Amino acid sequence: MAQSAVPATEASGITPISAKPLAPWAVFFGILMLVLLYFVGAEQGATALISGEGVHEWVHDGRHLLGFPCH
Amino acid sequence: MNSLSVRALLVRGMLAGLVAGGLALVVAYFLGESQVDAAIALEEAHSHDHGGGEELVSRTMQATGGLATGVLVFGVAAGGIAALVFCYALGRIGAFGPRATAALVAGAALLTVYVVPFLKYPANPPAVGNPDTIGRRTTLFFLMVALSVLLAVAAVIIGKRLAPRLGNWNASIAAVAGFVVLIGLAYAFLPSFDEVGKDVPATLLWEFRLSTLAVQATLWSTFGIVFGHLTERLLTPATRAAAPHTAGAMS
Repeated sequence: MAQSAVPATEASGITPISAKPLAPWAVFFGILMLVLLYFVGAEQGATALISGEGVHEWVHDGRHLLGFPCH
Repeated sequence: MNSLSVRALLVRGMLAGLVAGGLALVVAYFLGESQVDAAIALEEAHSHDHGGGEELVSRTMQATGGLATGVLVFGVAAGGIAALVFCYALGRIGAFGPRATAALVAGAALLTVYVVPFLKYPANPPAVGNPDTIGRRTTLFFLMVALSVLLAVAAVIIGKRLAPRLGNWNASIAAVAGFVVLIGLAYAFLPSFDEVGKDVPATLLWEFRLSTLAVQATLWSTFGIVFGHLTERLLTPATRAAAPHTAGAMS
């Protein structure tokens, strides 16, 4: 990608956030956010954790207009 | 920087995502809803009913509350993930400040999470799509998203590795070219679906797909701008000498 244009020495004066404190946040919130995306984008479509059609019907228009395969 | 700034960045990412979702909702409502309605009218004219019998959620609710729930939750969740990616990318992808990094992350997200999968598996309005293939279509769509994101990450890493030898410009071109070739191969070898019925007007399909693209473009560009502004203020103290009340957020 275009942003891979990198000087060998980081002269920007920005200290990267080290991976250690970032990891727990990334894992916990990353998974939480993916679960939210799953419920908006795919629940009660190809797979269903909750039976019925309620979730699918409620987010139906959002799902179509966000570009997910819906039905 | 410690976990406090990760938290501060995550909160800002989700807020920026909410704002972006709000704007995308306006676009979705005014640009996309008329096509969804037209497609549903078409669907019902062929008595191919969706959901089976009783209407669980009324069309009005789907087009307002339901649409808002979907787009706003998507905005917040996507914003949160983008903020976490930003936390890792900042200072690692090159000599970019917070604002430029936010813009690059948002642009890369639009491209890899939406545009690249969309070119192979474009969005369809309600009247299009065979319910029997929903499983395969869903799997392949998310596979394409995952492939596109992983290849983009690989391209960034390889570009970084090549940079000392080829220079930034040529290394970037090589990385992007590699990405395009591999995505092209994925396009060529993954199965396609053509489930557009003869009675679906071409203009309806085209306008619906453009609307979904507009929704995503609005969402990610708004996110990039708002999140960039918030992070620049948070992480670059020099630029907010006039606003010392936010100084406590930096640690």
